[in-house]
Amino acid sequence: MTINTMAKGGWHREQMSCFRKMEKVIVAMQDPDMGMKMRNQRLLITVIPHAMTGRDIIAWLIHTYSICEEEALHLSGLLVRYGYIYPLKEPRSLVLRPDESPYRFQTPYFWTSTRWPASELDYAIYLAKKNIRKQGELMEYEKTRYSLLHKRINHTWDFVVMQAREQLRASKQRRKADRIVFECQEQAYWLINRPPVCLLLLYSLLHFCTILFYIILYCTLLYYTILCNALPYYTTIETCFTVFKQALGRNRVKSSICLESFVKYSEQYQNHDPIMQGSLPSNPWISDDTAYWTMNSETVPIPTRLRVERWSFSFMELLNDDMGRREFMTYLEKEFSAENLCFWQACEDIKHGESSRIIEKVEMIYKNFLAPGAARWVNIDSKTMDKTLEGIRNPHRFIMDDAQMHIYFLMKKDSYPRYLKSDLYKNMLAKAIVPQETKKSVFPFVRRQRHANPSPAQAVAQATEEDGHAKGAGQAGTKSAAGSHV
Amino acid sequence: MATQEVQLNETLTHLKTESETLKSKLEDERAKLHDVELHQVAEKVEGLGQFVMKTRRTLKGHGNKVLCMDWCKDKRRIVSSSQVTHFIAAHHAVTMPCTWVMACAYAPSGCAVACGGLDNKCSVYPLSLDKNENLAAKKKSVAMHTNYLSACSFTNSDMQILTSSGDGTCALWDVESGQLLQSFHGHAADVLCLDLAPSETGNTFVSGGCDKKANVWDMRSGQCIQSFETHESDINSVRYYPSGDAFASGSDDATCRLYDLRADREVAIYSKESIIFGVSSVDFSLSGRLLFGGYNDYTINVWDVLKGTRVSILFGHENRVSTLRVSPDGTAFCTGSWDHTLRIWA
Repeated sequence: MTINTMAKGGWHREQMSCFRKMEKVIVAMQDPDMGMKMRNQRLLITVIPHAMTGRDIIAWLIHTYSICEEEALHLSGLLVRYGYIYPLKEPRSLVLRPDESPYRFQTPYFWTSTRWPASELDYAIYLAKKNIRKQGELMEYEKTRYSLLHKRINHTWDFVVMQAREQLRASKQRRKADRIVFECQEQAYWLINRPPVCLLLLYSLLHFCTILFYIILYCTLLYYTILCNALPYYTTIETCFTVFKQALGRNRVKSSICLESFVKYSEQYQNHDPIMQGSLPSNPWISDDTAYWTMNSETVPIPTRLRVERWSFSFMELLNDDMGRREFMTYLEKEFSAENLCFWQACEDIKHGESSRIIEKVEMIYKNFLAPGAARWVNIDSKTMDKTLEGIRNPHRFIMDDAQMHIYFLMKKDSYPRYLKSDLYKNMLAKAIVPQETKKSVFPFVRRQRHANPSPAQAVAQATEEDGHAKGAGQAGTKSAAGSHV
Repeated sequence: MATQEVQLNETLTHLKTESETLKSKLEDERAKLHDVELHQVAEKVEGLGQFVMKTRRTLKGHGNKVLCMDWCKDKRRIVSSSQVTHFIAAHHAVTMPCTWVMACAYAPSGCAVACGGLDNKCSVYPLSLDKNENLAAKKKSVAMHTNYLSACSFTNSDMQILTSSGDGTCALWDVESGQLLQSFHGHAADVLCLDLAPSETGNTFVSGGCDKKANVWDMRSGQCIQSFETHESDINSVRYYPSGDAFASGSDDATCRLYDLRADREVAIYSKESIIFGVSSVDFSLSGRLLFGGYNDYTINVWDVLKGTRVSILFGHENRVSTLRVSPDGTAFCTGSWDHTLRIWA
């Protein structure tokens, strides 16, 4: 739904789908077998059949949809607000009280979706009926609307009054109980669907002839727009074809493999997800203690263990973390292959940097990395090298893409795995901090408590033994925890 | 004129039928490799315990409906925009000469903010620490569309912005020169949302629109690489799964769906009969295990991505939730609503 589509009747479309869903719920509620138990309700001296209490409605919703009470209250509130259920005792209070208050289903004849849009003529008839029946007992807002309508559709007012009288006469011939029911239903309908005052005011400003003129103008414009719109639609269909044909030829991966990867990913990152597992020493938003952010900032001398562990998940994780990238650079320098990372960084700079400096940067890259005898010559295969050198004659933003990709995968397949096995990385991992969990004030909730427990192997064992019950905070860790600093 | 019109109509009908045939052929191809459902694979995964998340902060600075928000990379600051003229970043409130600022984004460096809306433009405002500085004066107009701006996002740097618009296109712009670098055509109606892929090669993004389609695009060539059309109504929000292999979408049909890019199909639907109103925005938790959805019935539903079940429902807002984003380090998520407030949940 957008601001544009609202104008084109999109709001109607959006509301309709919501109405359909609510109607599904209502129909389920009225199912003879699985639906609600109805009772007779006494209203003053009359007995209203097929009514239900607020409490019963809530209970049924909780039972049928397996939801909590708060949600059942919320859902039933929506059903009342949109007119599918109406209260018998206080008709103007459109809320659902979870007690003995009686409610009734609105008849489909009076559903908002059935009678869309609410006709102002019908509303005028309704108000006229009310006026005749209870002389001068219209509510304030009804009086305003009544007079507005009277001005607007003055020409058909006789018809309105006549209709009102007819309907009143016909209703007198019904049984009292039926009459009361119908009055309740009608009242409930108009409480929700009465046309807003501003709309009435707006309409009354426009003269009938002006409206006619605009209608003609609109139709002509519509005719031309449809004609003109055919062409862009044609282009869209062409694009669809290209996409379809491409898609048919695509290599797909089996679902089992793809879905397995999601499970693995979520498992791997679970300990790193503060919302799932909590964070050490504490979640700053909950405890108001910003230690977590301070410990994980860019320029901290000793990183946290989780952070260093994350570098081993994927090459991208290592490069995305500035500290990880620096460490990797140090390692590469020892291996005399630092030019690879420098080259990659320079290419990134071109791809995401200012347009005006592209040419200058490309020249610099050529000079430093690609020219024969360059100070930091990178080892690219000859085919890619030729292609890149050819492209440098007309440099653009993506000219280095192939070469960059080649070097990236070189580092990923070769240097990166060796880095993870290196002493440099292992030492970093060993001296990394595992923060102690700060003592929380007692929260009455069930959540996996963070353990100050660094070893991945132990984390796996922990995950299998636990099934969601609370553990004591700050549980004593193993000997590796003893070496942690706060 | 009339015969031309008739001819055009005939060609259109013919094309439409051919398009339908291709589409069903594609569905068959996709189904061939679908050997298991996500919840089946997830059976062995441990279930989630009860979740308790509460509002930790309520931000009341806007006097109007909050339409959009974004986190800064420093994980603490946010920028948000509203129905009437403002965006607020940290301590700045800037008045923009248009109503309905529907999109806003923080630059990766944290030094600038981009926003736009009914003015059909996307403008970049540099931020400074000086509270009194008149930011509106330093504004730089970057993007120009022929209809309202629905979403914008910086790519990996401050220098490029990706925008989507009600005119049915997305576009990539150079901030410095305001030049259009690439445009993306293929949606048949308004494009409502977009998200950049967190992939190694960093060259794709996904967009969702009122034509019920979610399209994946190559930023370099401007081509639509993949397309998914299973929603029953407008797609209001798309977000990539953290690994970049899938993305989730939220729609007016009250469902969220997960699409796998390698299997090239929809793999999960997150819906419940008791959820009636549409989703306005979705986001994943850091590990991708949880999917948060902000709904038009003022609630937030939390879904277990793997098992497909609803973990929790959060109440608090007093009007529809219009935007939802998880913080960059995953410690909390922020929601903006038409009740004029922003809430941070943890």
